[in-house]
Amino acid sequence: MDEFNRTRGQAMEITVRSLLTLLHGMGFGALYLLACSGAIVELYRRYSPGSLRPIEVQDERFLGAYLVGMAILAWLAVLSGTYFIYPWYRAVPPAGTTNLAAFPQRLLMASPTTVAWHAIGMEWKEHVAWLVPISITMAAAVFIRHGRNLTRHPQLRNAVLCFVFVSFVAAGIAGFFGAMLDKYAPVQGGQNIQLMSGEKP
Amino acid sequence: MNAKSTCASAQVQDFPNGAGAAALLAAGIGSFMVAFFAILADKSAAIKSLMIFYKPTGPLSGVTTCSAVAWILCWAILDRRWRRRMVSLGPISTIALILLGLSLLLTFPPIVDLF
Repeated sequence: MDEFNRTRGQAMEITVRSLLTLLHGMGFGALYLLACSGAIVELYRRYSPGSLRPIEVQDERFLGAYLVGMAILAWLAVLSGTYFIYPWYRAVPPAGTTNLAAFPQRLLMASPTTVAWHAIGMEWKEHVAWLVPISITMAAAVFIRHGRNLTRHPQLRNAVLCFVFVSFVAAGIAGFFGAMLDKYAPVQGGQNIQLMSGEKP
Repeated sequence: MNAKSTCASAQVQDFPNGAGAAALLAAGIGSFMVAFFAILADKSAAIKSLMIFYKPTGPLSGVTTCSAVAWILCWAILDRRWRRRMVSLGPISTIALILLGLSLLLTFPPIVDLF
């Protein structure tokens, strides 16, 4: 409470670029990762050929909608990353710029202790992330088309399960490097948005 | 269980698996295309500049757009050919999973640098 009183009169602000980066990573990406476990468990447990519990229509509809929701999240994550965040990340500073804080890629490349975060981290992340929407869109489409019939085609169900698992791994790689890159060279800039403001004492 | 609910044992039909197999193989090809186009753009300056569809994003825009187009095209073609057929899923799922595994490996920069 004392700490709160000391900070009265100060504001909590975030820049537009930081907010969109947050939405991309924590909104779409992290939510996708959380959703993966549900899809994997459901496909593994309920749609195995030896599953004893009957699959009800509502369960089938729910998993179909769940997979479509995951596909939407995956597409929103890669499209926002590729067409909004990445251009800010790779912006080229004007000649003679010494403060590279607004140019994350150049900031990372300027130091031998951080260059690999770009050369390995971002280079891998920007490509591997695209395996996620492809895999989960396929999983959603196969499930909508075949539904409970997947129990009759164990090879198809196993392959779909593998694709969902690899999409989880790929999203994990992209998420890990995204978080680390934002730690060492955050994407900043744009207008300030005031989230909270305290009264002056 | 209510009246609308139905059991797997009662409702599962002998459904052709061709549509699922087409989606599966196309996803494997689409994933592999991401790695393939990324390597091409990385190794050839001419292809790299050709892949710049949207300047702020650079070659990544072309790499991902070409991969997505290849994936959708493959899916449409395979679906048209297989959708009413029962196909042998063993080799198709094996190929799709190999392509997916390769795409995971071939997007890893230290492996790309070996070429």
